[in-house]
Amino acid sequence: MSDTTQEQSTPRPTWRVMLRSAATSSYLTSFLAIVVALLIGAILIGAADAQVQQTAAYLFAQPSDFFGAVGHAVGGAYSSLFQGAVVNVSTANNAADVIAPITKTIAYSVPLIFAGLALGIGFRAGMFNIGAQGQIILGAVLCGYVGFSWHLPIVIHVIVCLIGAFVGGALWGFIPGILKAKTGANEVIVTIMLNSIAVFLLGWLLTLQAFRKPTSNAPISPTMDPSAQFPHFFGTPIDLGFVLAILAAVGVWWLMERSTLGFRIRAVGENPDAARTAGMNVSMTYVWVMILSGGLAGLAATSQLLSSASQQLNANIASTFGFDAITVALLGRSKPVGTVLAGLLFGGLRAGGYLMQSVTGTPIDIILVVQSVIVLLIAAPPLVRALFRLPDPERRRRATSRAHARSTREEVTA
Amino acid sequence: MSTAVLLDDLVTDHMRPRSWKLPIALSVFTLAAAFGFAGTTSSTAISQVAIVTGNRWLGTINLALPSLTSEIVLVAAMLCVTGSAWWASATRTTAFGKVRLGSWMGIIFGTCFVASFLLWAVAGRGASLQFTSLLSGALFLSVPLIFGAMAGTVCEHVGVINVSIEGQLLAGAFLAAVVGAVSQNPWLGLISAPVAGAVIGALLALFAVRYWVDHIIVGVVLNVLVTGLTSYLFSTVLTRNTAVFSATVKLPKWQIPVLSEIPVIGPVLFNQNALVYLMYIAVIALQILLFKSKWGLRLRACGEHPRAADTVGIKVNRTRVLNTILGGAIAGLGGAYFTVANGLAFGKQMSAGRGYIALAAMILGGWKPKGALVAALLFGFADNLQNALGVVGVEVPSQFMLMAPYLVTIFAVAGLVGRVRPPAMEGKPYKG
Repeated sequence: MSDTTQEQSTPRPTWRVMLRSAATSSYLTSFLAIVVALLIGAILIGAADAQVQQTAAYLFAQPSDFFGAVGHAVGGAYSSLFQGAVVNVSTANNAADVIAPITKTIAYSVPLIFAGLALGIGFRAGMFNIGAQGQIILGAVLCGYVGFSWHLPIVIHVIVCLIGAFVGGALWGFIPGILKAKTGANEVIVTIMLNSIAVFLLGWLLTLQAFRKPTSNAPISPTMDPSAQFPHFFGTPIDLGFVLAILAAVGVWWLMERSTLGFRIRAVGENPDAARTAGMNVSMTYVWVMILSGGLAGLAATSQLLSSASQQLNANIASTFGFDAITVALLGRSKPVGTVLAGLLFGGLRAGGYLMQSVTGTPIDIILVVQSVIVLLIAAPPLVRALFRLPDPERRRRATSRAHARSTREEVTA
Repeated sequence: MSTAVLLDDLVTDHMRPRSWKLPIALSVFTLAAAFGFAGTTSSTAISQVAIVTGNRWLGTINLALPSLTSEIVLVAAMLCVTGSAWWASATRTTAFGKVRLGSWMGIIFGTCFVASFLLWAVAGRGASLQFTSLLSGALFLSVPLIFGAMAGTVCEHVGVINVSIEGQLLAGAFLAAVVGAVSQNPWLGLISAPVAGAVIGALLALFAVRYWVDHIIVGVVLNVLVTGLTSYLFSTVLTRNTAVFSATVKLPKWQIPVLSEIPVIGPVLFNQNALVYLMYIAVIALQILLFKSKWGLRLRACGEHPRAADTVGIKVNRTRVLNTILGGAIAGLGGAYFTVANGLAFGKQMSAGRGYIALAAMILGGWKPKGALVAALLFGFADNLQNALGVVGVEVPSQFMLMAPYLVTIFAVAGLVGRVRPPAMEGKPYKG
């Protein structure tokens, strides 16, 4: 979307220009998308509230009751959402309690950041890796197995677990990559199928003796060794996982913007035919992208297994991180910084959602609605602009190019 | 893609490179059957299969087959097919007249393989395998898959990739359950299901056609949206008024007078409820209309070459929007399966990934209603197999059975099961 045409006379940065650039920026679109999504969420919260439904019956007789009820329902839900995600101002006793929610948000955001970065790499190579869910599961299987059945010294164990998670995910990513490279199989379909296969594979593994907790009949594994645990910082829920996620983001930035492989990945994503003409091995690039993407997604599993004490592998180990990560990567526009911010936002929605559910009884499913509306709107900037009557950044350029074309035509006809 | 097709027309048989995929795959499966099934069957075991149950004229026919002998016969049949596949590949024969060799080999081989698996599984068990209920259960389980695959077929031929089949099924199931419960009338539920699906289809069309958002992104996100919305409404509105919403209604079974008396296929095909009969109509109508009618030609033109379609005066984007909504409605109707056709109340995420299997069925079926039907039936069969075997008392790790459709689909898209080609311009916005 970069403007390559050289402006002949650079306009002075008047307030008008600044306002225009602010109104057409993609940050504003993202912000407005979040606002609209929260509004839609508010409507749903209000509509499902019993008090609101009662007062709606006599809306015209006493409108203040109705609006009071709406305000109470929506305000209550969103204030607990905020307090569960950012700072706790109502029930905190000390400073640690006040910032406890934000640390929880950070903890929730770690798997989303890992998986979001993973999908971002795929998106930039023009590949839709919908398979983060399966890759997380495979990462969890290997990470978990290494974690509870190998008994290693303290630092080495964590490192081996990390390698296990990466290898598991990379293996599950390698399959669609090699199939696309060798047979042209559509990676979307293959990854969707591999997601389901991973679920059943995990279900089957948990019936095996090697993966079964000896004393339990439930399909859960033994607990992870104490040596296979991330160190925590200052007694907060923030642990090494978050640092690793940030490091991964930096690594992905370096890979995509500074390395040869990253250049190849971007070139293939922009135009595979041109990349092939330029002598790049497009097929191998697909394979490498899927290995990296799968491996990063596999690392998302470590936040589930290595983050707190007595973790164990179970059928729900991947939760819905793989699918949420799609929305994270889209919201972050597949860039590392954006992905980290989007991961924090959705981690916050999740953390706050749990508190909201327990305090006000608003089901956490509303978060899914808010997330999906955000992504839909961000993917369609013209819709947001139409909703808020914002100017179209393309229109000015189109108008000038039209004028230019007209003048050329006149010259030709003259 | 288009150059590949052109080349395909120019290349004559002897110029075509030999493809060894099919014979190799068949050999692997034959070896698996020979050592896995026949090799592990005891020579004295008997496999009992109830082919016909309670028929007016034939009564009940319960076959007691000597397991090992039947296994050997079936493996021999598989060997014959495999041998001819090797021969066909070596001589580059692809068809006898109009009959394509690959698909027929696949069908015969597949039947033999499944039969040998079933006979092996029930060998030496006291109970007999209920063949009729195995098939009728499979048909019923494949109903949502078939509707979903039909929806996908319509949308993809018009050029819109519909990944939101899952959401459309779920929305259809939700609205059908709610309307059915409130009105205490399963028919009203059945009618309202396509409306919910059409709304999701309209959203898909809005974002994919009007705003050029990537179709797969919209589809995936719409699935999340519908999951969130239905789960939210379920946890609030539905669970608060259980008195109203947990009252379930069920479509009655209609037994078609004479046809349902035909042995085996009668009870399987003609003793079902209205949704299943609607499914027959939908598949037949779409197969004919898509490829033989003016509507179908225009629709496919929009998916194959929108600019050409525009040139001859077809309003491409309007056609795309309308048919995406139609596709959504078809999938929504399939959603009625989960609630009013089964007589169940709505449950969170009750479509459980069937929309994705439907997508797989459509691809496996080569983007054609006929093929998608066969593929969906196959998936329904795999799904029902564990129920049927569970009744006989066979313990097969159910996870592997459930995995089978997904594995088959991966093999299919990797080009093992014939070559399938999507509509050329699917997923590409037409910018006029």
